[in-house]
Amino acid sequence: MEMPRVSTSRTPYVFLAIGAACLLAGSYIGLFVAPAEQYMGNVQRIMYVHVPTAWNWMIAVLFAFGCAIAFLFKSDVKWDARLEAGLEVGALLAFLLCCQGAIWAKPTWGVWWDWDPRLTTTAVLLFSLLGILALRRFVEDPIKRAIWSSVATIIASIDLPIVYMSVKWWNSLHQQQSTPQTVSSQFHLPLRLNAFGVLFLMIGFLMLRSRIAGYRLQQELAAPPVLTGEEAGELA
Amino acid sequence: MLTAALRKELLLQWRTRSQMMAVFVFGAAALLLFSFAIGPNTEALRTFSAGFLWLGLLLSSTLTLAESFHAEMENRALEGLLLLPSDPRALYYGKTIANWLQLTLLGLALVPVMVVLYDAGTTQLLKLLLIIVLGTAGLAAPGTLYAAMTAQLRAKQTLLPLLLFPLIVPALLASVKATSLVILGDPMGQLKSWIGLLSAFDLIYWSLCGVLYGRVVEE
Repeated sequence: MEMPRVSTSRTPYVFLAIGAACLLAGSYIGLFVAPAEQYMGNVQRIMYVHVPTAWNWMIAVLFAFGCAIAFLFKSDVKWDARLEAGLEVGALLAFLLCCQGAIWAKPTWGVWWDWDPRLTTTAVLLFSLLGILALRRFVEDPIKRAIWSSVATIIASIDLPIVYMSVKWWNSLHQQQSTPQTVSSQFHLPLRLNAFGVLFLMIGFLMLRSRIAGYRLQQELAAPPVLTGEEAGELA
Repeated sequence: MLTAALRKELLLQWRTRSQMMAVFVFGAAALLLFSFAIGPNTEALRTFSAGFLWLGLLLSSTLTLAESFHAEMENRALEGLLLLPSDPRALYYGKTIANWLQLTLLGLALVPVMVVLYDAGTTQLLKLLLIIVLGTAGLAAPGTLYAAMTAQLRAKQTLLPLLLFPLIVPALLASVKATSLVILGDPMGQLKSWIGLLSAFDLIYWSLCGVLYGRVVEE
């Protein structure tokens, strides 16, 4: 198995800086400049982080799915490092999404949780991702770990639309998805700034996390050290 | 090849039938315990009976599925099987069909327990049989694949349910809904769409898991 090459460029830090700047600017405008929504009032302002998180969460899940497919076809461990990053960032965003959704739902609908298809699908995928991450902790052989987590990621991703459909039939009470077309133009700027902010932060995290995973893979795949006669004697 | 693999699995199951009995008792005990969560309210118990049946079946299925790889892990028997000039898919489908049969039997055995404990009788036995057959098929396909992975690990008792439970949500939802429609009546004629969803889930995972199994067990 080929050793993964780990880049040491500064690009991820640039992404993180741009992302943080966009997120700060967008949140400032969203909190203090943009007007409060007519019916929901200030509660609606959570949309400025919630909707960008949702968009980027989908990108992270697609990224993990793509890495899993790429690994199974190419058997190159660099895709495993990227998969690990995608799984962890996806789990983080799914967790944030559930928390933001709950915070928003309590004052709006009067309950922390409702069994809306998108909310439920996110929660189901969060548990799937946590399960795969737990599986990775228990497999010591790096190649087996890569194959198994790719297989589990593909199976879990294909489940997503089915979960969504089934929960939709089961019960529904969520708003239409928010896109810049469905919200008033005054809300556009903070929403877009935050979307790019979360996107750049996510790219930075993905790059840094796959770098860490790459270092670990390098260690695991390295040939065992060759002992000189003296050292072997000391060990014996 | 498939028939040989299936015969081997069925023979193994027959020789360890005390395990099947123990899993059934476990499932029945779970059904008994669920009723304590609700209290002695006959109407509520009847309303939730389908959910309890499937949760009991799901919990017991993790025992059955994990156990199905027990023999393969001893003396590296799985490697021996893979060395045979055969397709790993035949091994997978043999085991999955055997697990499916066993889970169907378990489901059928739990139905009378549900009827007695929750007063949830029905005369539409053929429909109920169809739902149990389709629902357990949905459990067996991904369950066998995940059991093949987790059987080789230290934390297998935890990891199998952790991986399987989130995945199985659509199949569980559809089975529970369909079973409750059979028990409580189906005025809106929704049964067909739930059975359709369940069949689609089965079709997707029976084909997908068969394709992926070869990669999971390769050395």
